[in-house]
Amino acid sequence: METVEQLRDRLLARFPSAAVAAVTNPGAAAEHSLLLGAAQAREIAEFLRDDPVLRLDYCSNVTGIDWPEKEITDTVKSTVPDPAGGPSKVVETKTVRVEPGYLEAVYFLYSMALKHGPVIVRLRTANRTDAVTLPSLTPVWRSCDFQEREIFDLFGIVFSGHPDLRRLLLWDEFVDHPMRKDYVEPDDYEWEPTAHDEVLVRAKAHQAAVAAAAAAAPVPVVNPTSSAS
Amino acid sequence: MNPSGNSCGSFPAASPFAPVAGPIVRSVTDPFHGDLLEVSMGPQHPSTHGVFRMVATLDGEQIVKLKPVFGYLHRNHEKIAENTSYLASMPYTDRLDYLCSLSTNWAYAFAAEKLLGQPVPDRAQYLRIILAEMTRLVNHSCLVGFLFNDLGTSFTPLLYAFREREKIIDLFESLTGSRMMCNYQRFGGCRVDPTPEWLEAARKLVENFPRFLDEYERMLTGNEIMLARTQGIGRVNAAQAINAGLTGPVLRASGVDYDLRKVDAYGFYGRMDFRVPLGDHGDTYDRYMIRILEMRESVKILAQAFRDLPAGPIMDPKAKQRGHRPKAGEAYGRIEGPKGEIGFHLISDGSPNPYRYRVRPPSLINLTLLEDMCLGHTLADSVVILGSIDIVLGEVDR
Repeated sequence: METVEQLRDRLLARFPSAAVAAVTNPGAAAEHSLLLGAAQAREIAEFLRDDPVLRLDYCSNVTGIDWPEKEITDTVKSTVPDPAGGPSKVVETKTVRVEPGYLEAVYFLYSMALKHGPVIVRLRTANRTDAVTLPSLTPVWRSCDFQEREIFDLFGIVFSGHPDLRRLLLWDEFVDHPMRKDYVEPDDYEWEPTAHDEVLVRAKAHQAAVAAAAAAAPVPVVNPTSSAS
Repeated sequence: MNPSGNSCGSFPAASPFAPVAGPIVRSVTDPFHGDLLEVSMGPQHPSTHGVFRMVATLDGEQIVKLKPVFGYLHRNHEKIAENTSYLASMPYTDRLDYLCSLSTNWAYAFAAEKLLGQPVPDRAQYLRIILAEMTRLVNHSCLVGFLFNDLGTSFTPLLYAFREREKIIDLFESLTGSRMMCNYQRFGGCRVDPTPEWLEAARKLVENFPRFLDEYERMLTGNEIMLARTQGIGRVNAAQAINAGLTGPVLRASGVDYDLRKVDAYGFYGRMDFRVPLGDHGDTYDRYMIRILEMRESVKILAQAFRDLPAGPIMDPKAKQRGHRPKAGEAYGRIEGPKGEIGFHLISDGSPNPYRYRVRPPSLINLTLLEDMCLGHTLADSVVILGSIDIVLGEVDR
């Protein structure tokens, strides 16, 4: 099978305007992947599926990953000559830059017809807050259906073009995305308004009214001897 | 086929924890089909194999729409694994597919070894094959029993299967200390070495297993009710099955020759001589038959593994026992579990905990085509179709 670099070059020749890059995996497994731009990801996916050399007809696994913003400190050492004529000093200047975070969906493609693979394809969102849309690959491989719903549920990537994008594992009223790295658990998952809470609200209002009345009324005279007897 | 392509009336938000609005059976009006009935089956239904729920819309007795609802057993297994060390997730993988803990252990160990670049000694490779194939026997015989339960045989075939399962599970217990939650594999080998007596007992048990299969098949395979209820029911063609990512026996019942034991030849499966049974029609009957035939092939593999099992260490002497810190990178390891491709995608950032730990659950993805399989059949058939897919909710919901 082609290497990732060969495949990238072939894709760039076929889709000149597309963004395709090879991502190296430094680990022992050395399974390198392709980073596709979101704009043409669907067309490229269809090409990967239908190309007679590749025929990647089977999408095995879709993983969602959260990469939060990273603060990176760059240290630049510079030599400053001493104006008084002494030995020059080495001064470190630190600049802090923030590498923007993003969400990622990783697709593992295999060919059942030709029995090869994997070709690993990555899609990245622009950020983690408002531009979290990626094209859905469910129309290309239906096996992405539940897996993309799960990523939408747990990571909050919105897959445009998905036929039925709903939360998969959590309930629809759930608000956050628990697989994100900065997720904070609520104190009580199963809180729901009950009659008891209504009573508490009423009691609080009542006590506030009582306190206000007490503040407005003159201070009552307390007989110091009554408690002793 | 587009899953939302059906044009019957809209569902309310199918949310597992939404307050129950009205009865579990209610009428729905749809301009195309007329009066329909919506039936919510599960999550507390004995035929759904756990806390699985499906919302079926019926036209008379025929299913015109069916939506599975997940999440009743969700505990965010992946997040738990991100917050603990690599090795500490091993017992949790038992709880994914709690009928086949040994295969799931292997899948996780396989992915982690790929990430660590950790070799495995020969004896451990053979032991892994032995235990994974015995797990396959347990899973498939139970599945066939449960399938007949769904057909309404009221437990007799299941108890025949459980009789055999208990024998194998007793062996698991004497080897690993636990019947179902075995926690046996380690990164770079296995945890305990079986004694010669254990191996002899296991060999004898496997040798007798075909006799049980013959007995089982004599009772079940040609059964008239079974044929009437399964042949031509829930058909899936090969193209659909591949596109929907079905794996394991469900895929091979549709005639697709794709078995990771052959394709990837992971472990020492390349050294084993066995065949991959394939179905013709992709119906419930083929899915049943594939399981029976696979058990016969597993017995063949086991006989070879017992014969060839070498002496030697069960753990790579250079392997770290704990405190694994793989260097930054990622790995996807997959094996042929009894239910299909069970895979683990691990991403390391060099710290002692995985940065990302993802389980590829075969049970969940095999359910992608449940609606297509059930359309046009009766609600009673949908129970049998679900039984033939073979799901475990611990793995579906994670």
